[in-house]
Amino acid sequence: MLVVTTGVALLFLVLPIVAVFLRVPLSDLLSALGSSAALDAIRVTAETIAFAMVLILVFGTPAAYWISSRRGAVRDVVVTLVELPLVLPPAVAGIGLLVAFGRAGLLGGTVDALGIDIAFTKVAVILAVTFVASPFFVRTAVAAFEAVDPTLPAAARTLGAGPGRVFFRVMLPLAKGGLGAGAALAFARGLGEFGATIMFAGSLQGVTQTLSLAIYEQFDVDFNVALAISALLIVVSAVVLLSVKLMTRWHSGSGSLILSAPSSRQRN
Amino acid sequence: MALRVRFTHPLRSFVASAELTVSRGETLALVGPSGAGKTTTLRVVAGLLRPQSGTVTIGETVLLDTQRGHDVPPEQRRVGYLFQEYALFPHLDVFGNVRFGARDRSRVDDLLERFRIGHLARVRVNELSGGERQRVALARALARDPAVLLLDEPLSALDAHTRAGVRGELFGLLHSLALPTLLVTHDFEDAATLADRVGVISDGRILQLGSPMELVSVPVDPFVATLTGAMLLAGCVVGREDGLTEVALDNGFTAWSADSGVGRVHVAVYPWDVSLGPAVQGDSRLNHFTGAITSIAPIGNRVRVQVGPVVARLELRPGAIATASFKATATRLFPADSGR
Repeated sequence: MLVVTTGVALLFLVLPIVAVFLRVPLSDLLSALGSSAALDAIRVTAETIAFAMVLILVFGTPAAYWISSRRGAVRDVVVTLVELPLVLPPAVAGIGLLVAFGRAGLLGGTVDALGIDIAFTKVAVILAVTFVASPFFVRTAVAAFEAVDPTLPAAARTLGAGPGRVFFRVMLPLAKGGLGAGAALAFARGLGEFGATIMFAGSLQGVTQTLSLAIYEQFDVDFNVALAISALLIVVSAVVLLSVKLMTRWHSGSGSLILSAPSSRQRN
Repeated sequence: MALRVRFTHPLRSFVASAELTVSRGETLALVGPSGAGKTTTLRVVAGLLRPQSGTVTIGETVLLDTQRGHDVPPEQRRVGYLFQEYALFPHLDVFGNVRFGARDRSRVDDLLERFRIGHLARVRVNELSGGERQRVALARALARDPAVLLLDEPLSALDAHTRAGVRGELFGLLHSLALPTLLVTHDFEDAATLADRVGVISDGRILQLGSPMELVSVPVDPFVATLTGAMLLAGCVVGREDGLTEVALDNGFTAWSADSGVGRVHVAVYPWDVSLGPAVQGDSRLNHFTGAITSIAPIGNRVRVQVGPVVARLELRPGAIATASFKATATRLFPADSGR
């Protein structure tokens, strides 16, 4: 009985993924990936996500380290604020970004005066991806830093290491498995980012149209291109998931990392 | 250069305080149950914990003076700290661990040789045995050329048969280093063999500080007596004659003590002052407890035998009748309310 229900559930989950690859011959998928829409989307996605990942890692890692060293109310408030984008509907994130950084927005005047227009540019895509994906990294990174035995940084200090050396020589190497897993999760979320991007950055081919947006756009234009991009994203996502599993298993001995994302908002 | 520590710091259920001077070449051990505030003292000396108030000095160097707001960070204090369970860096090999604290390579090579771990230089620390881990941790703690050595339960992570050997090595090392050494342990035997002076600590307070001999011969209270290995027999003083106090024990026996006391008391007696025989012997051992042997527990090359309430050759099997005897002068009386 259990086997049957599990089988049904599994079939339900796997079928849509398999269907993407079975609809048209593999050679058609590959040639569709060569279309200008697909190639542009690959380039835009690669550029924006690379930039966003740099921002997330450079700002998120020290933030996570700071949070992990804190206890009490301040920490709880900071953690809740960091986690908010995680539960926020992406459309709300898009509106928020627009009224904060858009031309008529909160910082719009300042940004405008500097001669920069953010909305509907690559910068907007980067901000949207950073906004929705960073909590995934920060949460996992906080847990990774907290999992380090606190006597190890203490021992390092008695051995003459200042706070900087303790961070780079002890905390970072010991937390790197968790940091890698967090980065992979943020990457996966950023790859699938749709709602906030389409509202804040639009869907201009070659400028702001990422792979996820291209699927939606090509749906009406050339269905094979939509399929091909979907297949590509499935492969990349599977590789990311596998690497998360390997990183957490390799470093903690148990691959018990919970992918605690509201799954309905992963791809919408 | 002597180490001087004085501090008060509130912990969850009590206030930890200590005032200690450890001279050059001296080893002072703090002994007490876990959670008594022993490690707190080490953390204060190392600078890992800033106490509510206090001072720490090594020779003329002031490391901490809370009144003047002076607090040297741990990385600038010359303190060698051997952590409980050793706290070796799991992502580094043996060489990397020792190198972490050392100024240069040659210092590392010297230490690896000194601790006979040179052949393990490229081994990850989680592949080492308990005794090897302890040697790596010691080598690492000495890598910075510390002016003070702090040892937190240096032997507790070792199994029983490597322990005695390592204890002997450690004793020799402490002697050759001639540093002021502050050692923390829950085991009085470890403290007595390694330290010149022992402080018994309970609920954050040092109850008695003296040589191991002093603690055993004149324990100030029942806690110190039990910690140093005494049995406590509860009873009530019923009279005094010929300079001896008669105590009616709760278990029905009567004990005589050369100590004086009134009311509810604890009679403290050490197992090594108790002799065991098949019948009551007519000698000066005034206290004779005759009863069935209730348990026999081997401890190293000796056995611990319990007769009635007293732990003390003859037919050693549970159920055999034996008499445990000890002199009235080998006992001490403590008021019962001082027991904890």
